[in-house]
Order: sequence, then C-alpha cells, then structure tokens
Amino acid sequence: MESVLALGGLVLLRDSVEWEGRSLLKALVKKSALCGEQVHILGCEVSEDEFREGFESSINSRLIYHDLFRDPLSWSRTGEALPGGPLGALQAMCRRTDPGPFTIALDSLSWLLLHLPCTAVCQALCALSHQHSRPGGSCPAEPVRVLGLLHEELHGPGALGALSSLAQTEVTLSGAMGQASAHILSRRPRQRPAHQTQWFSILPDFSLDLQGGPPLESQPHPDPHTPPVDPTAHVTFNLHLSKKEKEAKDSLTLPFQFSSEKQQALLRPRPGQATSHIFYEPDAYDDLDQEDPDDDLDV
Amino acid sequence: MFPELNNLLNITPDRAEQGKLTLLCDAKTDGSFLVHHFLSFYLKANCKVCFVALIQSFSHYNIVGQKLGVSLTAARECGQLVFLEGLKSSVDVFFRAQAEPHPLQFLREADAGNLQPLYEFVRETLKPMDDGQAAWRCPVLLVDDLSVLLSLGLGAVAVLDFIHYCRVAVCWERKGNIVALAHDSGDGEDKENDILLNGLSHQSHLILRAEGLATGFCRDVHGQLRILWRTPSQPTAQRDGSLTYQYKIQDKSVSFFAKGMSPAVL
Repeated sequence: MESVLALGGLVLLRDSVEWEGRSLLKALVKKSALCGEQVHILGCEVSEDEFREGFESSINSRLIYHDLFRDPLSWSRTGEALPGGPLGALQAMCRRTDPGPFTIALDSLSWLLLHLPCTAVCQALCALSHQHSRPGGSCPAEPVRVLGLLHEELHGPGALGALSSLAQTEVTLSGAMGQASAHILSRRPRQRPAHQTQWFSILPDFSLDLQGGPPLESQPHPDPHTPPVDPTAHVTFNLHLSKKEKEAKDSLTLPFQFSSEKQQALLRPRPGQATSHIFYEPDAYDDLDQEDPDDDLDV
Repeated sequence: MFPELNNLLNITPDRAEQGKLTLLCDAKTDGSFLVHHFLSFYLKANCKVCFVALIQSFSHYNIVGQKLGVSLTAARECGQLVFLEGLKSSVDVFFRAQAEPHPLQFLREADAGNLQPLYEFVRETLKPMDDGQAAWRCPVLLVDDLSVLLSLGLGAVAVLDFIHYCRVAVCWERKGNIVALAHDSGDGEDKENDILLNGLSHQSHLILRAEGLATGFCRDVHGQLRILWRTPSQPTAQRDGSLTYQYKIQDKSVSFFAKGMSPAVL
C-alpha cells in the first residue's frame, strides 16, 4: 500500500456498492496530511462535515475543502455555489500555484464524469498530474498526487479505459467474508505494470491496518442478527418420543436382523412349528386338475 | 407499518434514525409494500412527510394506510402530510398559466429537462415552520417511484441531481430522511435505469431489495428481501451488514422468515 502514495500522479480508487471506497480515500488523505502535505478536496458527494468527520484537528487543519456538494448546479441562487460550476472548480484546481508537494482528492470522479464530458475530465486530470513541470524550469519538479474515487458500475468501458490509461496506480476494492481487499496495479515508467493484492481494514481514526492474507476461517460466521431457527417449531406432527416409547423402540428386534437367538431357532427345528396349514375353499369356477402337467416330460 | 420489518431493521417510531437515505428497489416483483410500510412508519413517528406519489392515486395509499393504522386524510388535513398526486396534478401542467412553475414542469419541456421545480416544491414543503405550530419530529421525503421519471423523458443524471439536492436540503440541512423506490429491470438492457439505481445505491445508507424467487411464483412465499446497511463515509470494523429474508404478504401484515423456513413448507 505504500507504493500507492509513493508513485504520485493519478491514483484511481475503484469501488462498488458493496465495497465502498470513501473510507480508503480518507485514509490516504490522512496519510498525505501526516507527511506534511496540503490536501485539496473537491467534494461533490458528501458534505464537508461528513468528510471531515473522524479526522483529528491536526489533520483537518491541512485539508482545504472545495464544496461542490451544497449547490453544484447553482439551483439555490444564493451565491454560495463555486464559480464556473463543476468544470470551473476542476479547472481552478489546475491553476494552483502554491509551492510544495500537495495532494488533490476528487470525491468523486464519477460525479464529475456524469456531469462533464469525458474529454474535459481527462484533459483536466492530465493538466493536474503534469502540473509539476512548470514553464520556465526554475523551480524543481513538485510531485502532485491526484486521488480519484470512481464508482465502477456507473460508467461504460470507454470512460473506464480512458481513465485507466491516465492512471499511474489503480486500486480496485473487493473483499471476502467481511474483509476488504485492494488489488493494486502500479505502472512505473519503463517497467512492466506490477500487480499486488493487499488485505486491509480501516480503523475508526482512518489509519490503515494492513493484514497479511485473507481471513483464516473458511466457514461463514453465524449471523449475529438472526437467532438460530428451530425448524421443528411449527410442524403439525410429533417428532419426539416419550421415555416408554424409546424403551419399547430400543428393545424391538428387527425382522431381518440376524441375531444369535434367531440362528439357534433355525438350527433347532421345533416340532409343530415348521408345518403350516393352508385352508382352501374352491369356488365354482376353479379348475382343479389333479394331473401333474409335468408328467409327460421325459426327464 | 409492519412490526416484523421494524424488528429486522432494528428501528421503532420512537427511535428513527435521522439524516439517512433509504433506497427501496424491487426486481421481478412488486416492492410497493415497502413504500406503504415507510409511509405509515414515519406518520406514526410524528414526522412531517412530503410524499411525491407518481404511481397511484391518493385513495389507493389511503386505503392501504387504513389497514396499517394511519389515516392519510387526517394527516393531510392537520398538515403532517403533504401529498403530491402525480396522476392528477400532471394534467394541471397543461391547463395552468405558464408563469407559475409547476413541480412537474418537465412534462411540458421539449428538450431534456431537470427537476429543479420539483426540488423547490419539496424544499418549500419541508421548510421548518416558524409560526409556533406543533413541531414535527423531522422532515421526511418519500418518492414512489423514481424509475417512472426515466419513462417520462428525464435522464438518469437529472434524477440523480434531484435526489442530490434533496439530500442537501432534507438530510443535511434539516436532518431529515429520504425514502425512494426504484425498479431494477434486472436484465442489464436499460442502461439509464442501471445508472440511476447504482448512483442511488452509492449514496444510500440502507438498501432494501425485494426480489422475486429465482424458481418462480409461489403461493406461500412471495419473495425475498435483501437488506444492506452502508456507511458511505465511515469505516466499518466488520462488514456483516447484509441479511436476506423471505416474506409473505398478508392482508394487513407481512411475515418474514429465514430462507427455506416458511411455515407452509415445514
């Protein structure tokens, strides 16, 4: 996960409905702020209070929040909206002239893509990432890091592919058994892209807790919300045996079970028990032919 | 409201959360019973409710509401419920003077419109009363449903913008709640609907998804309800916030049971 922030350039955080990425974005923002950087946040989806929630005051003092949440389309007519709308706000970020390394967090890139043409967003991202190479060349190159939160399900393959080609690092969030994982694809110049999967969790103060591997237990946890259900609770027949019934059942000998008593009974023929009588009353339609049909066989 | 559903969601009218967006969606079944549940729930919780009803008439919701123990007529008369009856008032769009913007003004516009007039209507309805009247608990916006707006010619982004602004006005400024129903066609062919549904899901704190059974229609089990709790900005120590139950809708209640545990099957 260290490589995510080390490379600089555009970092795409691709999340989904089930595995949300804003908490990871906030964790990376906190890490950047702890390194002494200034962090500019273009907030489109949540309010400033909600974004700053959970950060200590030392972190919050380093965050500059550009509020596109309250009135992005200038519907309120109160003059609180950022000038130029979403595109103006994004282009204003490209014109930052503060010295020193800084990080820009876009919350979210998806919101920008839904409201602006893809080409405008890509051009702005290019301008942001290459901001360190200023004309004149007197100042040394300052690394600019752009963290973009992207909701994968909202965009087609064209937009996703375009952003992918601009990104130095792509972090795709998923998980299993309640544990989040990040698949990290890093593109270093003149090197093959590197893949890495990192299991992690985010603590309440937004620090990253990296785990070694997937969770060890393979059985799913019994759900704490649902009490174990007794399937015999509502049946209309009796599934239980009383004590007497149990005893009678246990002492029963099964007809085809070969026990030693049965063996003795078969070996010792008891008088009167081997013979059995058949009583037959023929009725009018019976054809009683005493002749043995096999008599004429010459066997 | 359905007490069993309250138990599953761990809420009561006295302890309703605030500032939340709840998304109701249905796939291959009718999820409107969830709308009736939340309507009666928030009326019983003494909240001021703005109901944008685009699908059914007032009397329909009133009849179902009476079975669940609330009178929409009484709530409307005392000002607790503001009911925008889409079916009736859409006709007014064409017969009103054009100077006054109508909440459903987009029906009149030839090109792709937006829902700003509807948002202004919601904001005006749910603004706090400052004349000393009985204060309601918190404002609630209920929408039935959002997918029909796509059929009426709006784009998914326009509907998402409307919900965004309502979140600002209702959830953030007034600490109220929003409950909205959207349909899921399920086959992936309606791209606009998928964008709408996914966009809403990313903004939601609670998603209730009613699905038909994969094996088809059943007399004793009407469908399956998936409940997904989300915290879009806060880390969760353990992501076990998803439950699935099956349900059967009766005349005045809905019974929920674990999968495969319907009393009719046992």
